[in-house]
Amino acid sequence: MDLGIVRGVRVEDEVCHVDLSPTYTGCPATERIERDVREALEALVGEGHVRIRTVLDPPWTTDWISEEGLRKLEAYGIAPPPRRSTDKRSLLKLHQPLVCPKCRSAHTERVSAFGSTACKALHRCLDCLEPFEAFKCI
Amino acid sequence: MKWDTCDASVQYLLHLGDDALVLGHRLSEWCGHGPILEEDIALSNLALDLVGLARQYYRLAAKRIGDGMTEDRIAYWRSDREFLNHVLVEQPNGDFGDTMGRQFYFDAFHYLQLEALQHSSDAELAAIARKALKETTYHAEHSSEWIVRLGDGTDESRRRITASLARMWPFTSELFTPSEVDRAAHAAGWGPDVAALHGPWLDLVRDVLQQAGLSLPETPAKLLRGKSGIHSESLGFLLAEMQSLPRAYPDATW
Repeated sequence: MDLGIVRGVRVEDEVCHVDLSPTYTGCPATERIERDVREALEALVGEGHVRIRTVLDPPWTTDWISEEGLRKLEAYGIAPPPRRSTDKRSLLKLHQPLVCPKCRSAHTERVSAFGSTACKALHRCLDCLEPFEAFKCI
Repeated sequence: MKWDTCDASVQYLLHLGDDALVLGHRLSEWCGHGPILEEDIALSNLALDLVGLARQYYRLAAKRIGDGMTEDRIAYWRSDREFLNHVLVEQPNGDFGDTMGRQFYFDAFHYLQLEALQHSSDAELAAIARKALKETTYHAEHSSEWIVRLGDGTDESRRRITASLARMWPFTSELFTPSEVDRAAHAAGWGPDVAALHGPWLDLVRDVLQQAGLSLPETPAKLLRGKSGIHSESLGFLLAEMQSLPRAYPDATW
């Protein structure tokens, strides 16, 4: 919910309908998330009473991550994406220095636009020298 | 299943999906062999994005075909004559320069194509394109940066990237030559007139080459019909490997 992946939930005729918006097109966690949502709801309403729909439009954007979600990402060591990410200029200006989630310095640099998963980029803090990942703006 | 006579919108989705799947597969061949760790990860990420995109197109195509059709059947059980990708994307990886040359030319086209597809009259297709455009922007930035780095690098990098860009250049003409599938899609309002993308593409390419200190290649264009199922010999080998597992174990499930 904090990532803005769950777009809607409603109950109709004893069936729980959930709309999920996938983050990155190739994200392998999408199916896992869908399965987790289904299992959690079936535990509450029983098998056969859950329908999950994948919604591609409007496309998921990092702007849908809640404030709480951003805090949790940072606590986990992942720098949150800057806001207003649907602005094309911010897509191409990945070189905006981010704040190091460990020591909070803004003296950081991007090592690679491609990190350990499709949604993250690899950065490095030039003060504490620790590497960290950042959620990419889309 | 008669792939060449199925619904025009399905054929268009197959064409779009095939470009993504074949290029995604080529990039996945770099996994574990990248020149540096960060680039191994980058190429794998690009491959993942593209295969994910192929799945979106194939899933939509399967839904429209109905009759129990699946994305797996589309990916693994068609022969090379039934694939509608551009001949450019099936070209072997070669060295890193060849891979980046191929990627650079395709990414610039892909970006323009998706920009147009966002406004497709086919709403489901437009939704896929709108999403993929954001990721493709990162791809285009990545390949452009490499062309600049390699062109404006050492004598060796400059020599090699110049050769790669010249080698891949003849395959780019097909990007802007409409096939029957392209023409039907454009007439129906689903997709752009690909010939009209040539000008903007040349602008993007020229701009990056200038920053790289390189000039536009002059190798003559090839007459290619990958979009009609007539492929170079490379696709046969690619599919033989890519499709070997499900064909050997047709009842296997993950």
